[in-house]
Parts: sequence; structure tokens; C-alpha cells
Amino acid sequence: MNKTLNQKAWWLVTPVLILVAFNAFIPLMTVVNYAFQETFGNNVFFWEGTTWFEQVLRSDRFHDALVRQLLFTGMILAIEVPLGIGVALTMPRKGHWASVCLVLMALPLLIPWNVVGAMWNIFALPEIGLLGHTLNSMGIDYNFTRQPVAAWMTTVLMDVWHWTSLIVLLCYAGLSSIPDDYYQAANIDGASRWAIFRFIQLPKMKRVLTIAILLRFMDSFMIYTEPFVLTGGGPGNTTTFLSIDLVKIALGQFDLGPAAAMSLIYFLVVLLICWVFYTIMMRNEEQ
Amino acid sequence: MTYSRKWFVPTLYILFLMLPIYGLIAMSFKTTGEILGGFSFFPQNFTLANYKVIFTDPTWYNGYINSIIYVVINTVISVSVALPAAYAFSRYRFLGDKHLFFWLLTNRMAPPAVFALPFFQLYSAIGLFDTHLAVALAHCLFNIPLAVWILEGFMSGIPKELDETAYLDGYSFSRFFVRIFIPTIAAGIGVTMFFCFMYSWVELLLAKTLTSVAAKPIAATMTRTASSSGYELGLLAAAGSLTIIPGAIVIYFVRNYIAKGFALGRV
Repeated sequence: MNKTLNQKAWWLVTPVLILVAFNAFIPLMTVVNYAFQETFGNNVFFWEGTTWFEQVLRSDRFHDALVRQLLFTGMILAIEVPLGIGVALTMPRKGHWASVCLVLMALPLLIPWNVVGAMWNIFALPEIGLLGHTLNSMGIDYNFTRQPVAAWMTTVLMDVWHWTSLIVLLCYAGLSSIPDDYYQAANIDGASRWAIFRFIQLPKMKRVLTIAILLRFMDSFMIYTEPFVLTGGGPGNTTTFLSIDLVKIALGQFDLGPAAAMSLIYFLVVLLICWVFYTIMMRNEEQ
Repeated sequence: MTYSRKWFVPTLYILFLMLPIYGLIAMSFKTTGEILGGFSFFPQNFTLANYKVIFTDPTWYNGYINSIIYVVINTVISVSVALPAAYAFSRYRFLGDKHLFFWLLTNRMAPPAVFALPFFQLYSAIGLFDTHLAVALAHCLFNIPLAVWILEGFMSGIPKELDETAYLDGYSFSRFFVRIFIPTIAAGIGVTMFFCFMYSWVELLLAKTLTSVAAKPIAATMTRTASSSGYELGLLAAAGSLTIIPGAIVIYFVRNYIAKGFALGRV
């Protein structure tokens, strides 16, 4: 759509600008303040420069948390994206069953995050949970509070349970925008199932998939509540992701300087990855 | 692919989604003794005692009321300020519009954990700590960008001729916006409200940080119980089961629009 040039449109944007800026600028400046200065209370600050940044960037603890975070985000994307596309392709496209599927699939998205954590905690408890009991009675030694591998599997499974539906919903929306004529034409041409997917369905899903992957990336990179309730970051530090570690440093140990420096680095990492991804996808779209 | 095999994948997937929910609901009907005694698929001594506690103890049911209050305030604020802004983005070019749009989205990328402590200080300083308004305003950080994003997509789908005809007919901007434009994109507003409701309802970290007693959300009430684990699992399960209901009601009303919501939004 060609848009008219109208500087007065700024007035329409002003309320949004004020509200978001109030929530974004002031807290961000607080974080910046703490990141470059040392304080012993009473609003007295001493300039520290980049000390905290160097300390965080050199610490093994931050590296480990970052690696765990990247591994976790990579794993859930590798599972959720293909699974989401698969379910979207096979679910009914119209009628009552489509509505039933949509309502049931959207259910996990609307459960408060700590309830998701608590639910999976209950579900996976070794003796009394449905999953834990079943696995143990099948002879598999499973205890997510003590075994790092089990804790990881449970956390990843929980995220797959929680968020795959978002990808399903978005892909379904992309798929339902394909007119029936396309499929008929493909049938007449004798196109294989794979060719239909590759040349008709995938291009139509591309835009929504971009949104889905971006949203999943952002949200999984910020994940805090669910693993915190499920495993508390344990056993040991094995499921301590960036946000959990950050809260531990900031509110647990009250090391505000390093916590603030870590916050800024963390935020920049998310921004950078999103920006790169966004630019690449947009360039592909233009071609 | 044959017809019968096609049903297999979604059915199995939905079964996988329902199992943990079933586990939670089943546990909410069990007595503490039965829960700790070992696993049973169906409740053996069916009891409503857990629900009775929640509906009679003010610290429990007030949690639900508090959550619903701030979620509603947040949804109303987010949608009403996002409407004119989304209109501006979808219809006009102005100085810095693209940068502003991307800046808005970057706030959606800010990890809540980063903002928890500064928010606590900010809202304490302006005297809003432990009020519903504080949580509602704080959730605007990620809900307003999302609302602008979705609404802009819907509005761009409406041909510009609608606006031009109305102006030619002598409508002022505000009259056109309220009388004609808002009814035209009602579906889009519904979807936006759904997403605002959803993200505000499920968020815990900020809501918990900004409240202590008077506006304490249900999710925070539950974490208190979770820490005393073991003894009150049934109660926790009942409280959790009840948090699913508002979401389920909302989904039912917007089921035909959910999928469209994001699909029409522009990246």
C-alpha cells in the first residue's frame, strides 16, 4: 500500500511512545547506571568503567550459562519447528474437527508459566507422577531431580509440550490461505506429495514460519519461570539458563554491577541474533 | 497419504498435550494421603476438599481476582493506545517510522529478568508498588508492541478507499475512526485482545516482583505452596487446574480468529 507522508501521524503514536518509553528507558538507564558504577547504597556511585563487563565476559559461569542457553534454544527449535509443520499439514483444514483441534492445541499456550512448571513437576515425579511412574515401571531409571540428562529431557519435553502449538497455529494460518485450485492444479500435473509441500505449501508458510521462529527464539532465550519451577536450575547448575542465572546473581547474591553488565550483554545477544535472522529472511523474501 | 493415517499425527499430538493436564486435574481430586501413597491413574477417594479450600480462603481466591483485574486493565490500555498508533503505521509515512516500529519490537525482545529489579525500584519510587495498575503498566512493555504489530497487519488489509470515501463524506478523523474503522477491524481487535490477555495472564516474574499482598497474583500464591512441596500437592494441583479455565473460555470465543491473528501481522 502506498502511504501518504504525514508528520502529524506522530500524534497518533505518542501515547504508545510515552508508555513504552516509560517502561523501557527508565529501567534501562537504571541497568546502565549499575553496569558502569559501583554503589554501596545511599545513592553514592563510583565510576567503574567496563570492569563488570570484562568480569562477566571472562567468567566461566556466564559462558556455561550461555552455552546451555544456546543448546536449549537449538534443541527446542530443532524439535518444535518440524513437529509443528508436521501437525499443521496433517490436521483437518475445515469444519468442526478443525475447531476442536485448534481449541485443544491452543490450551497449553494459555496456562500460566509457573503452572506449566508445576504441572510438569507433578507429571514427572518419579514415584507419583504419570510420566515418572510409567518410565520407572518400564524399568527405566528416571529421576529428573537427580539425573542431569533426565532433567534436560524433561525441560525440553516441557517446552515442546508448551510451545509447539504456537508453530502449529501459525503454519495452519499460512496453509489455510492456499486456495483449493492450487492443489487441483498440482494433482492434474501429477505432482508428488513432496513437490506439493516444497513448491506450494512451504512458500505460503514462509512468512508465518519466520514470525514463529523469531517468537520461539526470543521466548526460549528468555525462559525463566518454567524451568525454575520444574528443576530450580538443577541438579547442580545443569539447567541454569541465562535468565535463571541472572536472577540468582541479581536478587540472590545482590551483585548488582555484574548482574547489570550481564543484563546488557544478554539483551544485546538477543537483539543481534534477531536482527541477523530478520535481515536474512527479509532479503530472501525480496528475491 | 491415506485418510486414516493422516488422522494419526494430530490425534497423537493432542493426546500428548492432554496427558499432563489430565495428570494435574486427576491429582486435584485426590487426598494428600493418596497422592503421597503412590501412583494411581484415577482418583481412588474422590474429594473436592482441595477446591473447597481455594473457594473459602481469601488468600487463594483473591489471587484469581487480582490476576484478572490487572490482566483486564492491561488489555484495555494496550489495545486502546495501540489502535491509533497501528493506524498511523499502516496509513502514513512519517519521520523515523521504520526505526520506531523496530524499536517497539525490540522491547518485545527484552528479557523480563533484566527488568525485574529496575521495575521494582521504578514502581516503588512512584508509589505504585503492590497495585494492580503497576503490573498492568509493566506488562505494557511487551503487550503494546505486540498489539501494534498485530493490529497494523489487520489494518493494512483494509483498503485505503474506505478512509478516503469517509473523509469525502465529511467525516472528521475521530468520528470516522470510532464509527467506521473500529467496527471494520473488530475481528482484529478481538485477536489482539486475545494475545494481550494471554501474555499478561501467563507472565509471572514481573507480576510477582511488583506485588506483595494487596495485588498478589494467583501464580505467586501458588509458588508459596510449591516451596512447601509434598504436603499440599493436591491444593497446588487444584489451583493450577483453575488457572486453565479463564484461558479456555477466551480460546473458545476467538477460536476462529486465533490463527489469523499472527498470520496477517507483518514481520
